[in-house]
Amino acid sequence: MTQASDIKNTPSRKPYLRLDHIDKSFQRGTTSTEVLRDINLSIADGEYVSIIGHSGCGKSTLLNIIAGLTRVTKGAVLLDDREVNSPGPERAVVFQNHSLLPWLTVYENVSLAVNKVFGSSKSRAERDDWVRHNLALVHMTHALDKRPSEISGGMKQRVGIARALAMEPKILLLDEPFGALDALTRAHLQDSVMDIHARIKSTMIMITHDVDEAVLLSDRIIMMTNGPAATIGEDLTVRLERPRKRLDLVNDATYAQCRSAVMEFLYARHKAPRIAA
Amino acid sequence: MSLAKISRFGSTAKIDPAVAVVASPEVITSSGSAKVVQHPASAPSKMAQKARLWINWGLVSIVPPLVTTALLLLIWEIAFSKAGSSLPPPSTVWKEAHELIMQPFYWAGTQDIGLGWRVLTSLQRVVVGFGLAAFFGILVGSLIGQSIWAMRGLDPIFQILRTVPPLAWLPISLAAFRDSNPSAIFVIFITAVWPVIINTAVGIRNIPQDYRNVAAVLRLNSVEFFFKVMLPSAAPYIFTGLRIGIGLSWLAIVAAEMLTGGVGIGFFIWDAWNSSRLPDIVVALLYIGLVGFVLDRIVAFIGNLVTRGTAAS
Repeated sequence: MTQASDIKNTPSRKPYLRLDHIDKSFQRGTTSTEVLRDINLSIADGEYVSIIGHSGCGKSTLLNIIAGLTRVTKGAVLLDDREVNSPGPERAVVFQNHSLLPWLTVYENVSLAVNKVFGSSKSRAERDDWVRHNLALVHMTHALDKRPSEISGGMKQRVGIARALAMEPKILLLDEPFGALDALTRAHLQDSVMDIHARIKSTMIMITHDVDEAVLLSDRIIMMTNGPAATIGEDLTVRLERPRKRLDLVNDATYAQCRSAVMEFLYARHKAPRIAA
Repeated sequence: MSLAKISRFGSTAKIDPAVAVVASPEVITSSGSAKVVQHPASAPSKMAQKARLWINWGLVSIVPPLVTTALLLLIWEIAFSKAGSSLPPPSTVWKEAHELIMQPFYWAGTQDIGLGWRVLTSLQRVVVGFGLAAFFGILVGSLIGQSIWAMRGLDPIFQILRTVPPLAWLPISLAAFRDSNPSAIFVIFITAVWPVIINTAVGIRNIPQDYRNVAAVLRLNSVEFFFKVMLPSAAPYIFTGLRIGIGLSWLAIVAAEMLTGGVGIGFFIWDAWNSSRLPDIVVALLYIGLVGFVLDRIVAFIGNLVTRGTAAS
């Protein structure tokens, strides 16, 4: 993918996040494994981008690089024309396994983030409001004083999303946020995320391996080839009107087209390596 | 025989409320009005059930140790009641030393004081020594757990030093401090600090990467990370170390005081031995055992309070 074609896909928006010729290899002892090779990607402000690929293709590594949790071997991540190479709250992460701190309550988990990010800019009362506001966004105000062990998996993930949103990030990074949930809870949370995206219009990057999820939620779907040395295989723009309703989309032609394009990429041209299956 | 009787009685007490619970839904389903009648009736039965549970608990957990204690005292009495036996039987202990048991806090001059005072003096040393051990143990343990180089450098040294018996430290600490009280405290410290260090380090090393990622995204500085993530996450391990440490401290103080003299419970035993007051020694042993037990329970209790909710994720 060249940058020119990315920009053509989203003509009205300037690139906000740019991944510039990113290579990543992991060194273990004397052997070095190349995970990512020559990743180029531009994402516009407010875009919802999914990164899809078979397991082991390095999509989580790519997300960690954007988050700053993993260093690039070569290349750079540019956010708003500034290079980022360490983690920070302006690129908040919703972790796959929620990663709530089990000794803190729901409220405290979110307020830990709020106090750290807005400790100097907001008053105590404002921070309290902000914590409650974000928990209200994900419909978790009923469980403020519960500990993570006392709530369900879907609720934990909601709190994880609230914590990330509460940092008021420039970009929200979601690492297979619905992967560990059952189908019904997943659909519910997908709707919540769509709703939040529509309301606060933040830029979101989501890792997934679920084709329907990618098509339903995304403005663009980035398809990764199989590793080692994975790279971006295809960049598909999903031209579906928002707000999207999952029921209306079942028989939608564009939806079906996008879906089959992704399926074709994943299961015909870039089949899963036999070990991963 | 008596044991069997008790346990049979205990088990019937346990079954009764269960039968009542099974029976009640049948009553409710048979007719609508039965429901109304059932409710006031169930309130006292719940209280009775609770009372039965308490009685049951008492039978199960208090009676057995009482019975075994009585049996052991009986065996002891029989074994040592012959004239000229080397140790005093319980009856002699009671006769000659019951004022030690009954009056732990009398004060009649600097060396003629109750065992309670002596225990408190020893405890004071333990509190200082163990407090220092907890503080430095958690700090150094955190350092070793966090930094691979600190671990590589310090771990071999610690592994060797921790096997040195507590009393082996006493001469060198007497030489260093030139006073018995700080020496005894140092011995406590050096005995209790190793399990705290090692367990803390293991706890820190086991902090899930997820928590570290959260801290990284939030840009927690090292002080915030220490208090908000490291300590709570490693708390179960730290308290394991503290519990081992307090047990070892209590072991060490008695031995150290035997050698350094002064007012503590350890010296009391040594003094009693020198003046052939064997019943006093028996009483002192009882005190030491009880206090050690209580200390262990206190640390375990604090640990339970602090680590509540940490284990599950």
